Amino acid sequence: MGQSGLFWAALLSAGLVGAATGTGAYVFLYAKGASYLTNDPAACANCHVMAEQYSGWLASSHRAVAVCNDCHTPPGLVGKYQTKMLNGWNHSVAFTTGRFHEPIQINARNLDVTERACRSCHQEIVNAIAHGQEGAPATDCVRCHRSVGHLH
Amino acid sequence: MRGKRLGFIVLAVVVAAAAMMGGLALLVNIMERKQEARNPFYRVVDLNDTIEDPAVWGKNFPLQYDRYLRTVDQVRTRYGGSEALPRTPSKADPRSVVSQSKIEEDPRLKTMWAGYAFSRDFREERGHAYMLEDQTFTERQIVAKQPGACAHCHASVYVPYKKLGNGDLIKGFEKMNQMPYMEARKLLNHPVACIDCHAPDTMQLRVTRPGFIEGIRDLKASQGIKDYDVNKMATRQEMRAYVCGQCHVEYYFKGAEKRLVYPWAKGLKVENIQAYYDEAKFRDWTHADTGAPTLKAQHPEFEMWSQGIHARSGVACADCHMPYERVGALKISDHHVRSPLLNINRACQTCHKWSESELKSRVEEIQQRTFKLRNIAMDALMALIADIKAARAGGFQGPALAEAQDFQRKAQFYLDFVEAENSTGFHAPQEAARILGESIDFARKGQLALRKGPQAASSNGR
Repeated sequence: MGQSGLFWAALLSAGLVGAATGTGAYVFLYAKGASYLTNDPAACANCHVMAEQYSGWLASSHRAVAVCNDCHTPPGLVGKYQTKMLNGWNHSVAFTTGRFHEPIQINARNLDVTERACRSCHQEIVNAIAHGQEGAPATDCVRCHRSVGHLH
Repeated sequence: MRGKRLGFIVLAVVVAAAAMMGGLALLVNIMERKQEARNPFYRVVDLNDTIEDPAVWGKNFPLQYDRYLRTVDQVRTRYGGSEALPRTPSKADPRSVVSQSKIEEDPRLKTMWAGYAFSRDFREERGHAYMLEDQTFTERQIVAKQPGACAHCHASVYVPYKKLGNGDLIKGFEKMNQMPYMEARKLLNHPVACIDCHAPDTMQLRVTRPGFIEGIRDLKASQGIKDYDVNKMATRQEMRAYVCGQCHVEYYFKGAEKRLVYPWAKGLKVENIQAYYDEAKFRDWTHADTGAPTLKAQHPEFEMWSQGIHARSGVACADCHMPYERVGALKISDHHVRSPLLNINRACQTCHKWSESELKSRVEEIQQRTFKLRNIAMDALMALIADIKAARAGGFQGPALAEAQDFQRKAQFYLDFVEAENSTGFHAPQEAARILGESIDFARKGQLALRKGPQAASSNGR
């Protein structure tokens, strides 16, 4: 291939890389990717499958004191974004393929994150309860206090 | 040198092309989900208030129509549903599949309904798809001359009523009530269909049955609310119970005009309905064995449900019997109306976060307890009927006999109220149990009345 041939090939590939980057950027914008970096609860309800949880939270006892991230991501920048990345990936795969259990159930890792959130805000009152015997299973806040975050 | 550069370029092209394909595929998928979430439908046909054929509505709403058709499935649950039993078609009854006979399963029912058409043919329930067929060919059409009023609940009557009444739903209803059933049958084309519950322009739920419109007006009047217009005043969640309440109710035919009336003017509880009938001095038939003025209860699911905790908590019929289903990102109501026990995940687990086996066993425990009480009440009733029959044969007459017959009327109606109700107690477990308890009490009180002697009548006989 001659010099000019190589030039055109390079131009084509540059064009294609540019187009791919542009498409990627557009998908990011179309899917409101930036919203997931915020703390705004409405971002979690971008997917209407979460509509019930969102409106449940609005009617719940914690609506004025906690947003989604406060209970569903750990405190601290690293933990928060690690959790967002992991859940974001899992949610994208699930919703794109349509393969997920219904009714939607929290997984073990996220349940742990949430339980810790309960204890972290309500430290004074739960210290006495949660200090059980060594080896006894940890008390499960959500089992009884099911509707404080979002009803059901 | 050039080859390497070319190689890089080719690689870059391939990777960029693949990335773009993947990006576009993801974009299209996200677009689809967003579109589904808006819940659109394709307007293949224009629907209006004259189209009764559900297949036409199904062109716009194929998902709902597909599930609606599945009500032909016959599945048994422990205390409900039915099995498909083959039979040889005859000229009078061309059905090749029917459900099992309840009166053969429990012959005490024949005694309970002696002298009434139900003692001749009565079968287990099956899906909505069969309602018109089963009503047309049941032997109860042969042993008695049934009126067209029966069609109110067993066919799509909205369009036929309006045609018969020249556009007036109530006039058409009144006309058909008085026609012989087989005459009315010629005007009917479908079992319950889309138009019976949905407005064709907005798909909003609406009540089309005059029986319910008038019944709920009477009920609300008894609660102090005048001129209740259900289609204007009911909330959306209430409608999700009312459209089912159009037919799953106790009723009777009033007067010579055979007007279909729901006996709710005094309230929805069994004692309110009993009081209504007693005041109207109404009887469905005279018992062949005892001469008692007896009542038949028919499928009072709406009344029973309204006494339970689910109704109290705002859970409507559709929440359990037509639960929401996700198809892609679309959320639709499952139009395959059936026992929630066949769909525990979607019917129960949205609110009750326990395992399916635990939920099922809880339901069956409630039903088993109800069924046991029902059997005790049935035996008590049989004993009373036998006693009255024997007393009459022995020449027993007088106020004590009338008292015993009245106790039979009440015992029988209370028992039938639970027997004919299709949840075997689940819709309101404690209510069902107390109704059966009172039925047993009435039956035994009836027996006691006979023992006092023909002249005696107790002053506090309820």
